Amino acid sequence: MLSSGIKKDFPILNRLINNRRLVYLDNAATSQKPLAVINAVSDFYKNHNANVHRGIHTLSEEATNLFDSTREKVGKFIGSNHVEEVIFTSGTTHGLNIASRFLESKIKKGSIVVVSEVEHNSNFLPWINIAKRVGAVIKYIKVDKNGVLDIPFAESGEKIDLLCITHASNVTGEVVDIKNLVKTVKKKNKDCLVVIDGAQAVPHISVNVQSLGCDFYAFSAHKMCGPTGVGVLWVKRSILKTLNPVDLGGGVVINVNKREIEFAPIPERFEAGTQNVAGVVGFGAAIDYLKSIGMDNVGTTVRFLGNKAYDSLSKINGVNILGPVDKNKRSGVVSFTVKGIHAHDLSSVLDSCGVAVRSGNHCAMILHNELNIPATVRASFYFYNTEDDVKTLVSGIRKAKKIFRV
Amino acid sequence: MDIYREEILERYSNPHNFGELENPNGTALVVNTSCGDSIGIFIKIDNGGILKDIKFKGVGCAISKASVDILIDKVKGKKVSVVKKISAEDVLKNANLVLSPSRIKCGLMGWEALIKAIENYESNKKN
Repeated sequence: MLSSGIKKDFPILNRLINNRRLVYLDNAATSQKPLAVINAVSDFYKNHNANVHRGIHTLSEEATNLFDSTREKVGKFIGSNHVEEVIFTSGTTHGLNIASRFLESKIKKGSIVVVSEVEHNSNFLPWINIAKRVGAVIKYIKVDKNGVLDIPFAESGEKIDLLCITHASNVTGEVVDIKNLVKTVKKKNKDCLVVIDGAQAVPHISVNVQSLGCDFYAFSAHKMCGPTGVGVLWVKRSILKTLNPVDLGGGVVINVNKREIEFAPIPERFEAGTQNVAGVVGFGAAIDYLKSIGMDNVGTTVRFLGNKAYDSLSKINGVNILGPVDKNKRSGVVSFTVKGIHAHDLSSVLDSCGVAVRSGNHCAMILHNELNIPATVRASFYFYNTEDDVKTLVSGIRKAKKIFRV
Repeated sequence: MDIYREEILERYSNPHNFGELENPNGTALVVNTSCGDSIGIFIKIDNGGILKDIKFKGVGCAISKASVDILIDKVKGKKVSVVKKISAEDVLKNANLVLSPSRIKCGLMGWEALIKAIENYESNKKN
């Protein structure tokens, strides 16, 4: 557990909401930003702003240096062996969309594409789209009545050509054992390609893409203390080298004439146009900040708070919590319903208590359809939350129950 | 919480106008994509252009259900031409609802469905 003093690093956590202390429990949507990140972005614009690469002047060299060194920092952070495996994107959604366009030429008519029922729309729609275009077959890893994935069933099933799955669900909080899953599916088909949505995992799990054994891994900076509009698509080098850019423009070519185009080396060839340089610099500061706290401390605190909330909410009559009962399989995401109170109404009552949660289907429409629940309330924790925050959430739910007389 | 006053809670649990009409001459369904809620409206308009009967069905929060229920009480028996002139502001004002931006959609779903149902009636009439 980290000390509650860490809140001081985050200026926004001093805010009062409806005259109450802000209890920010919408971290799965986006995390708050520490002063170190805010200052890094501001310092970039104040002192180093220039476009990167190919500028023969001091500012451009400084900006390039900041940009490139963040790529190295990110690579090391996720255990990548080669810095050129890190492609900057605008976020997880962008990364997964690029991945799907990369793979369009590799998926064939009749290929088996497997996605899970808990996927966020961004790791679902691109694959449906591509599968439809090339005539591939989409199959699902099913969920049980609590929204828990039937991973053993997926592992025992038929040969898979492309597996697209989340590392940690943004709704059920389930953390998937990617390493074992990948090992099993690749044993059946060594050419099976595996795409992981890591948006909800990298912020609190020490991820090592090499040991996971996947081929593509996408995540966002803004859910891990970094700025919005920056993300990473990591692609295994041996695959990346075989891919052509999907976005074309400045920076992706070495040489162009009227007859031929020679693409730049990886990863530049995948980063067309001006990048979100200030955002990338802020992302670098976010990684430094997280490392200073220690990812083990971050993970332990997030799981502790998630489990604390799970236990406290389980004791309230009428509360039903989605996701695994096994605490070792849960993250800091706790989605639930309260009998007799609609998710939007509960959110409004919680907001009146200063508690920020999210309500709705959290862009996981397939999951909510399967469970036949229109909407859930999601409380998601990060390392700057405290046990007091869990208590405020619980008292807010009790207040809502009183108002709605349930 | 001012928005959850007694009338809203009462109409949420026991709406006056919940259900379906047997032979509606206009229907519409509005879905709130952010929460998966839906409100379906059934209307019966007589030859004189009067909204004789209206019912609603669907899944929704207290605000969306109470708001549509209050609206139906207000417009039942009125002329279609008058009802069509009701604005979003009128709907919220009549229901005495002061909503934050993220909840306005909840408060107006029923009204949207009602207007669509009237449009549906008008296009049915044309054909």
